[in-house]
Amino acid sequence: MGILSNPNPVVVNPKLATELAGYGITNYDNLIPLDIMNWPALLTLKGFLLMVVGGFLVGFGTRYAGGCTSGHAIMGLSNLQWPSLIATICFMIGGFIMANLILPHILAL
Amino acid sequence: MVQHKNTDFETQTLDAVCVNEGQLTPKWYHNIKYLVVGVLFGIVFVKSEVVSWFRIQEMFRLQSFHMYGIIGSAVVVGMISVWLIKKFNIKTIHGESIEFHPKTFNKGQIYGGLLFGLGWAITGACPGPLFAQIGTGATVIFVTLLSAIAGTWVYGLLRDRLPH
Repeated sequence: MGILSNPNPVVVNPKLATELAGYGITNYDNLIPLDIMNWPALLTLKGFLLMVVGGFLVGFGTRYAGGCTSGHAIMGLSNLQWPSLIATICFMIGGFIMANLILPHILAL
Repeated sequence: MVQHKNTDFETQTLDAVCVNEGQLTPKWYHNIKYLVVGVLFGIVFVKSEVVSWFRIQEMFRLQSFHMYGIIGSAVVVGMISVWLIKKFNIKTIHGESIEFHPKTFNKGQIYGGLLFGLGWAITGACPGPLFAQIGTGATVIFVTLLSAIAGTWVYGLLRDRLPH
């Protein structure tokens, strides 16, 4: 498995590491933050929002938009489809709003 | 499935696939190619860290070029592939010609796109990476996957009442 996975912790931007440490996220052993995404956390409001509500938005939004990052951003843009460009821009707007304006409040719960 | 109003472009694509399969009646082992490509896709997802929640956070905070570099190079490779397929009329593995259908704009790409973007930044995953995250040993993401599937189901339920 050593070839297929990176044994070292993910190295992230120090600014992000500082911000996340403020929310108690210090474990970089996995590709997801195990401090806040684990089975016991599912029963907390924060865990519910992160894993259950987050997942719901991914599924609902993808089907509503008629595609995801692969279908619209990569395949759609490759084939020069302007509806895919609009979808991709909206993916990014939604992500920027969540990561910068909403997620900090969820992580602070 | 009874369709009252044909607004689901994904379903149309799936219908087209069914027609093709009906004509070709592929053997079961022809599906192994999807398994191989899927496994390779999963390995690339994990190795490139695009399924990392941390990388997604960096992307949406403009703290790293990582994700922009990967998605950007994927688009360039995709463009070259599409161009080559069109230019040389490359056929599928079963000899079918490859057709590219233009996408039609509807407001779902805006509303759905925004909703998906919100979910992407929370979970650090789009639909495919959810599977890869589970594969890294984060078993709790199975719940996120089930919730995403529930999301697609609820969309189907509400489709006629949503703006498109």
